Amino acid sequence: MGFVFPFLWMISTSLQTFEETMRFPPTWIPASPQWSNFVEAMSSGPFLTYFKNSVIVTFSIILLQLMVMIPAAYAFAQYKFFGKGILFGMVLLAFMIPGQVTFIPVYLMLADAGLIKSLWPQILPFMSNAFGIFLLRQYFMQIPQEIIESARLDNASEFKIIGKIMIPMSMPAISTVALFSFVSHWNDYFWPLVMTDSEAVRPLTMGIAMLRETEGISNWHIIMAGNVVLVVPILIVYLFASRQIVKAFTYSGIK
Amino acid sequence: MNRTRVWQKARPYALVLPAMVGILLFVVYPIFYLIKLSLFKYNLLNKDKSKFIGAANYSEIFTRGDFYNALTTTVLYTVGVVAITMILSLAIALWLNQNSRFHAIVQAGIFTPHIISIVSIALVWMWMMEPNYGLLNYALKAVGLPALPWLQSSSTSLLSVIIVSVWQNVGYYSLLIVAALKNIPQTIYEAAALDNASKFKVFYKITLPMISPQLFFILVIMTIGSFKVFDTVKIMTGGGPNGSTTTLVYYIYEFRTTSIGYASATGVVLMAIITVLTFIYFRMLANKVHYQ
Repeated sequence: MGFVFPFLWMISTSLQTFEETMRFPPTWIPASPQWSNFVEAMSSGPFLTYFKNSVIVTFSIILLQLMVMIPAAYAFAQYKFFGKGILFGMVLLAFMIPGQVTFIPVYLMLADAGLIKSLWPQILPFMSNAFGIFLLRQYFMQIPQEIIESARLDNASEFKIIGKIMIPMSMPAISTVALFSFVSHWNDYFWPLVMTDSEAVRPLTMGIAMLRETEGISNWHIIMAGNVVLVVPILIVYLFASRQIVKAFTYSGIK
Repeated sequence: MNRTRVWQKARPYALVLPAMVGILLFVVYPIFYLIKLSLFKYNLLNKDKSKFIGAANYSEIFTRGDFYNALTTTVLYTVGVVAITMILSLAIALWLNQNSRFHAIVQAGIFTPHIISIVSIALVWMWMMEPNYGLLNYALKAVGLPALPWLQSSSTSLLSVIIVSVWQNVGYYSLLIVAALKNIPQTIYEAAALDNASKFKVFYKITLPMISPQLFFILVIMTIGSFKVFDTVKIMTGGGPNGSTTTLVYYIYEFRTTSIGYASATGVVLMAIITVLTFIYFRMLANKVHYQ
């Protein structure tokens, strides 16, 4: 109960009047739900832009990662080649070095490339998902070699093997990685904070965090209304895919 | 014939190329760039005026009180989060390790905070920690305790941030521990039951040793994660009051525009710390892969 309560409290507050939020003892259920709080929260900034940016960034990252990760995982799982150890070592390195360490040089690079005013700084640095390559490689290695060999005997090209055998058979792993990416990047705050300097490219998380500055420190009902808007998409996804999401996160912890 | 041979040789490289470009550009190169920056007095407006100053940034780090403050704060935060989360998630996991519908629902519930943006979590808790109208002080007063200043005083601010982080992560770690508990062979418990071992003894002599590799593992992941803490601090306290919640990443963040060289040197120090912690992590990973 303690884990869901703060969110219920967030929803309750988002529907209260200012007077109700200032009442002591607290108002548990608002007398008449103030849906206008949501309108007020959303009109205090360019929230449509924030929302659009969040959607574009999150889905571009997922798409790019899938395109980059699947061939790489296949190569690491199927072939022996010179330098494989070093290259895989670099994947592990990418797994270990967090953005909190390298954000300054990455920012300077992207600024030099003239990309800071665009959405690219929020997308490109995540194109190689090391955890995804790692997980998918494990999965590819479990697919019986006989299936792949017989496809090769039938003269199927390697791209066809990836497209027709590996991807369909690894859907659980692929969707796990995609969901993990969705949750992490939809929720991300640090990276957009250090990579953006204009409203036009900011995502929803930053917009909501800034609500506190625009609304002052006392308009909690408006701030919580904005907060509900940020949480709802994730909760909907969680409702439909909670098993997969839990699996994705526990995987990333255990592996 | 020859062309197919060449292609067969080149194929693996072609397949890993995009991934490697991403990693080289955004992980490997930035590491060297970071080290280079740390040796300069960097001029953001005019790069040509940047001056090579060798290890001066590093000697500055180790003579500055605010760096030690940030390091101490990060260590205190880490120890607090790791200790409290560990104990709580172990307790919750032991309770959760039963197969009922009710427990499945609870599992889904305790996991929710982990998938919600830290922005939302920080804001909700700030509201609950509001000194005059916040729920937490209301609860304290209701049971006859004095109200706390939570985020407003340097004596309670770090603890407040720790509480929020623990709350966000405890469900996740509980599930990791539940997974470990499920792997313990039932026969061992049956043998213990035959010997009439007490519940405490079973826990202490069987359960704990059996899941200790995973517990150690979780300890390392959590420590690495805690060393990177930033978001909660940025939103809830802005490093204050009086620097009481300025952690290492927040410290770097504050210097990122005014003194890039110095911030980079601090980044290198953070990287060294994380590398040592991760080294332990990968050693364990290797063990797990080989001996399972």
